[in-house]
Amino acid sequence: METKEEIIEVESVVVRFSGDSGDGMQLTGMQFTDTAAFLGKDLSTFPEFPAEIRAPVGTVSGVSGFQVQFGSKEIFTAGDQYDVLVAMNAAALKVDLKNLKQGGIIITNTSGFDQKNLRLAEFPEGENPLEDDSLENYTVYKMNVTSLTKDALAGMGLSNKEVERSKNMFVLGLLYWIFDQSPDFTIKFIQEKFTKDSLIAQANINALKAGWNYGDNTEIFNTRFRITASNLTPGTYRSITGNTAAAIALIAASEKSGLPLFLGSYPITPASDILHELSKYKECGVRTFQAEDEIAAICSAIGASYGGALSVTTTSGPGMSLKTEALGLALMLELPLVVINIQRGGPSTGLPTKTEQSDLLQAMYGRHGESPLPVIAAESPSDCFSAVYEASRIAVEHMTPVIVLSDGYIANGSEPWRFPTEDQLKPIEVNFVTAANSDNGVFLPYKRDEKLVRPRVKPGIKGLEHRIGGLEKQHETGDISYEAKNHELMVKMRAAKIEKIADYIPLQIIDTGKEKAKLLVLGWGSTYGTLKTAIGELIEEGADVAHIHIKYLNPFPKNLGDLLKNYEKVLIPEINNGQLIKIIRDKFLIPAIGLNKIQGLPFTTSEIKSKILELLKN
Amino acid sequence: MIETNNLPVTEKLTSKNFAPDQDVKWCPGCGDYSILKQTQTIFPDLGVNKEDFVFISGIGCSSRFTYYMDTYGMHSIHGRATAIASGLKASRPELSVWVVTGDGDALSIGGNHFIHILRKNFDINLLMFNNQIYGLTKGQYSPTSEIGKITKSTPYGSVEQPFNPAELALGARGTFVARTLDRDTKHMQAVLKQAYYHKGTSFVEIYQNCPVFNDAAFFLFSDKETKKDNAVFVEHGKPLIFGANDDKGIKLDGYKPLVVNLNDSGVSVNDLWVHDEKDRIKANMIAGFQDDPNEHLPRPFGVFYAVDHSTYEDNMSEQINRIIEKKGKPSLNKILSGTKTWEIA
Repeated sequence: METKEEIIEVESVVVRFSGDSGDGMQLTGMQFTDTAAFLGKDLSTFPEFPAEIRAPVGTVSGVSGFQVQFGSKEIFTAGDQYDVLVAMNAAALKVDLKNLKQGGIIITNTSGFDQKNLRLAEFPEGENPLEDDSLENYTVYKMNVTSLTKDALAGMGLSNKEVERSKNMFVLGLLYWIFDQSPDFTIKFIQEKFTKDSLIAQANINALKAGWNYGDNTEIFNTRFRITASNLTPGTYRSITGNTAAAIALIAASEKSGLPLFLGSYPITPASDILHELSKYKECGVRTFQAEDEIAAICSAIGASYGGALSVTTTSGPGMSLKTEALGLALMLELPLVVINIQRGGPSTGLPTKTEQSDLLQAMYGRHGESPLPVIAAESPSDCFSAVYEASRIAVEHMTPVIVLSDGYIANGSEPWRFPTEDQLKPIEVNFVTAANSDNGVFLPYKRDEKLVRPRVKPGIKGLEHRIGGLEKQHETGDISYEAKNHELMVKMRAAKIEKIADYIPLQIIDTGKEKAKLLVLGWGSTYGTLKTAIGELIEEGADVAHIHIKYLNPFPKNLGDLLKNYEKVLIPEINNGQLIKIIRDKFLIPAIGLNKIQGLPFTTSEIKSKILELLKN
Repeated sequence: MIETNNLPVTEKLTSKNFAPDQDVKWCPGCGDYSILKQTQTIFPDLGVNKEDFVFISGIGCSSRFTYYMDTYGMHSIHGRATAIASGLKASRPELSVWVVTGDGDALSIGGNHFIHILRKNFDINLLMFNNQIYGLTKGQYSPTSEIGKITKSTPYGSVEQPFNPAELALGARGTFVARTLDRDTKHMQAVLKQAYYHKGTSFVEIYQNCPVFNDAAFFLFSDKETKKDNAVFVEHGKPLIFGANDDKGIKLDGYKPLVVNLNDSGVSVNDLWVHDEKDRIKANMIAGFQDDPNEHLPRPFGVFYAVDHSTYEDNMSEQINRIIEKKGKPSLNKILSGTKTWEIA
């Protein structure tokens, strides 16, 4: 059949899949994403779903969305606004129309816009956005996906429910046609997923193909898109989410250090996927322990660390609060421990499925007593790998708990990753003591080396039996000591040990822009992609701005203070009410300016750009 | 990465090997001294290398125990010793792990970890010193204090009913539940040894005198004049006999335990309840002796319950080994790349 539609070549496109929680939008979005990645596109995703497993069907609170930006250039965010919105019902349109670009495309399932759905979505009586002129600034494609899927699967002997479940595949097939992407990747996925149920597999494949054919055969679509040829860095890529990257990083650190991996964890959104992922790797000898609570999770990890393992606990805000006392113990024992906090909206239960960067001050200061700990933040899904790997290295080499801050945005978001090979990973030095470390043959568990690090000994080594505990201990011997001067010495020693880590981490680099400029944007964590995009665009337009993104939050890289001096103004955007800004002001006495968003959502590029332009004007 | 459970013994040990050069700082007359002594006494007989013992304790007078055993040890935080021991045992199954805790540490602040370690059945030994009082914080009632107890925090008497620790341990699916007391050194040694030899979480409640805040709480069961009439020492396969002249016994009338006098005509040893430590229901009945308001049943001591059940760490190791055997260990490069990759030229 002759192609009559116009094919538009574009560098990047943003698509938002939106539907009811039960409509399979997350799976559809992931399949679309994986296909795009497989075909060599760069991309960034933003899954957004309600906290309820099955919120009331058809209502706005039940809307589940999956946004992806993909293209041939480097992509750092899921995009501020979308070019295409797939709205499976009226509620989805209501929730997500606001960020559709003017003139954008809406693909709707008309059966999701019947009286009942319109009422559930709280449209005024008698009003249907598909039938009035409220969408006239957009290109709207209306189709009854439900009945089209039913027709495509007629005669296969499927129940209504099974047919209903396949309608997301119809939409996906249509999207593949619109974006000129092959459906083969998804066909293979379906075949693998339903190996035991060939009928369901065939139904899904038929629906997918029907969607593609619907685009190809009907003449209602007058536009198709083709992403221009890619100019990404050559190499081998895989798709990765932040939580999967964290899990793999732990296995890698275990392999490189030669230490067995132990994870003590308690399920909590949005961190549970690390527990799930690691639990699959039994063949690597990984021991995952689903503890009875958050406290037991970290305590079991402390026990395993004492036994000589590479020990980890994973959690989110509320769980972090519960772990705090035990974290103080690990700090006092000076045992290695990796603590991964996938931040979410807080305080308390807060916004479990929404993102926030509001646990930084807790990570830095949230323990009783003088208790500094290293803190590392991940800046993108794939960067969760390097953040967690570095945390493991520092924990083991410096005998300390290390806190990794990720958040819901990058934990669930995915991107293509030019993954490293084993030999590209930094070595992790492990030194277990097997003989007494003093002249008189006595083992001194708190005798420190040049890094101020105490020796690590595994229980089971003859002659080195000793006790450690949470009570203050005497310098070198580790015996209980309530002596005044000794306590002060030990407090200073523990702080100096953490400060000394600055000698063993990379210097801070300027991510984008020059060494001197009118304005520096200083960020940390998951705002990286948005800041990079916004600042890159502004520099191209001639703005005098630069971007530094801090990964090592405690201790800071040694040159950070000097770098900050070169900028007239420093802007610190954060998804919180101003936390890094307090630390920066405190450490460097500079009048940094904050930009804060506390809506459970990442910044948009335009929010960042307009703030920068405002500051450059004055 | 999987280590075996049997380490060769390399050295002949004596109790002195387990006494570190630290001063023991419990109050004079504290029952803890006896427990420490009995532990140091039996340890050389267990066939374990000194360096393979690990003590984990929480907070409280009892938890200082760790400092007084010259083994590996960790004095941790309140209530969490059981959780720490879980992680240690899961990752180092070959170590002999002992948790020392108290009635407040185990049953109050650490209650959740206590029930779960019993359920999960790690092969560790859990010694709970029960003095029915908070000692280290200087005399508040504990979760085992009797109702009406006058303490610093209950000047008009406690209004709470206490836990019966053995009953709680059985309810938590503990596989070894026993009770002994500080002043009966031989009995304690025997029970500690049985606890060690039991594979699974061995819960031993040790009645321990606090001479400062709750003196003589258990003397009824240890003083020569009162002990025989008020305590019954159960042994597997033996009838339940007690009394000053071993003249009393306990028999079952249906589900009801009755005290009988063996001197009465028509009563014989053959009528008595023979202890079966594999019987969960009867173990619960023994644990409940102290709570029967009508019968003056003696306080039971000994191993109430002991059954074999696979341990957490064995199950975990077996699963890992089975999957390694089935799938083979993948290379790190394979894990890094995952199963779906693509090339960009």
